[in-house]
Amino acid sequence: MNESQHLSSQFDDDLSRLRTHVLQMGGLVETQVSAAIEAYSTGEIASVKAIVETDRKVNELEKAIDDDCAHIIAKRQPTASDLRLVLGISKIVTDLERAGDEAKKIAKGVRRIYENGHLPGQYGVGIRHLAEAALTMIRQALDAFARLDTPQAADVIRADTDVDAEFKSIIRQLITHMMEDPRTITTSIEIISIARAIERIGDHAKNISEQVVYIVEGRDIRHTKEKAL
Amino acid sequence: MQIHDKSPLKAEARNLSFYYGEAKALKNINMPIYDKKVTALIGPSGCGKSTYLRSFNRMHDLYPGNRYEGEIRFFPDNTNLLSPEVDPIEVRMRVGMVFQKPNPFPKSIYENVAYGLRVRGENNKRVLDDKVEHALRGAAIWDEAKDRLNELASNLSGGQQQRLCIARALATDPELLLFDEPTSALDPIATGAIEELVHELKKRVTILIVTHNMQQAARVSDYTAYMYLGEMIEFGKTDEIFIKPQDKRTEDYITGRMG
Repeated sequence: MNESQHLSSQFDDDLSRLRTHVLQMGGLVETQVSAAIEAYSTGEIASVKAIVETDRKVNELEKAIDDDCAHIIAKRQPTASDLRLVLGISKIVTDLERAGDEAKKIAKGVRRIYENGHLPGQYGVGIRHLAEAALTMIRQALDAFARLDTPQAADVIRADTDVDAEFKSIIRQLITHMMEDPRTITTSIEIISIARAIERIGDHAKNISEQVVYIVEGRDIRHTKEKAL
Repeated sequence: MQIHDKSPLKAEARNLSFYYGEAKALKNINMPIYDKKVTALIGPSGCGKSTYLRSFNRMHDLYPGNRYEGEIRFFPDNTNLLSPEVDPIEVRMRVGMVFQKPNPFPKSIYENVAYGLRVRGENNKRVLDDKVEHALRGAAIWDEAKDRLNELASNLSGGQQQRLCIARALATDPELLLFDEPTSALDPIATGAIEELVHELKKRVTILIVTHNMQQAARVSDYTAYMYLGEMIEFGKTDEIFIKPQDKRTEDYITGRMG
């Protein structure tokens, strides 16, 4: 990645504004995810409304950033690292927006569980741990983007394997619960959806990290085995 | 820097250096020119790209004090174009050139194209007619010129004149065509026509083009070479150079981080 300045300072401004907006959007998504986890543990379902509200802002930012990317391409015909940055950002915002959607799904699921008078904590299946791991992945992916740090991006990609394994173990436990006591089925299914949403957030963090590697090194590592990192 | 490509070579610069008197304008250049491909030379003003281009048809011979070192091998016959035993006139028959500004001769459209053939001793009217038409068609100007072949070439528009110059260069069936910023004096429409033509021409001739317009290099060429201060900094497939250049200096130039 090239940090020296363009002859056109306006171009530099355009690109740095673009990066700032992505980080802003990332910050919002991070807040959504952590608020959703908090609601799951504490039953603070008042925060669900705020999470849904934030999602609107995230959607607006996605559109605004994509629009900026289109303008930069049309006006500047970026090449090399500039081109990779613009292309990478355009993909990153898609993943961020979807991660935000998943947070919204979690929040709504949490609200349904508590409104039905159930306590998800009683199921004791390690959702909290899974969620912390996914949240860390999102944070680190955004960090890797901000600092154009490929080793960190590679860490995030590796972490996704653990999150996937944990997700599967949660599903197994919930199936056991449901078989033992059919009264737990409704809540168990809600928790499965929540776990699935968390696992998807991890996937989005992984995709973002793959784009960071593309931006910095020009290598497309999507759909490759971890070994290739 | 050397890329491995199975395409056949049309020419190859080997340890090529060039001096304008004492000044060393090209420094030890090694570069392949692939057959029936378009190779673009980019780099800031004064980097030596035009000097390099002109070496291919011995244009520097016209001025005293100029000196070459190294060689430019021309294939399939493996001739060293720069060898003193090789006649520059012969070289220019095989290596045509199109300049920045259209420079038709103050003659008719027909005679502009026929000129090179006449120099070669071709005087048969029917042969000339055929070859003139073929060249004008090849340069995508036949339809516009066919009813005015006896008009002065200077009556044509700038873009048409440039295509006429391409036709003139094509008339002698060159194997390599050199373009020295062929569209810098043209409007975007005429530029588009020339770029389209370059794309057509590479079916039968190898092309080496100097351009200041990086997007043009990206659009028309298969290979791109970045030159700086008389050196070949990076040579590679155009697709790779514009997305992932290997050298920081190339990156800085194509992303507009230096003049």
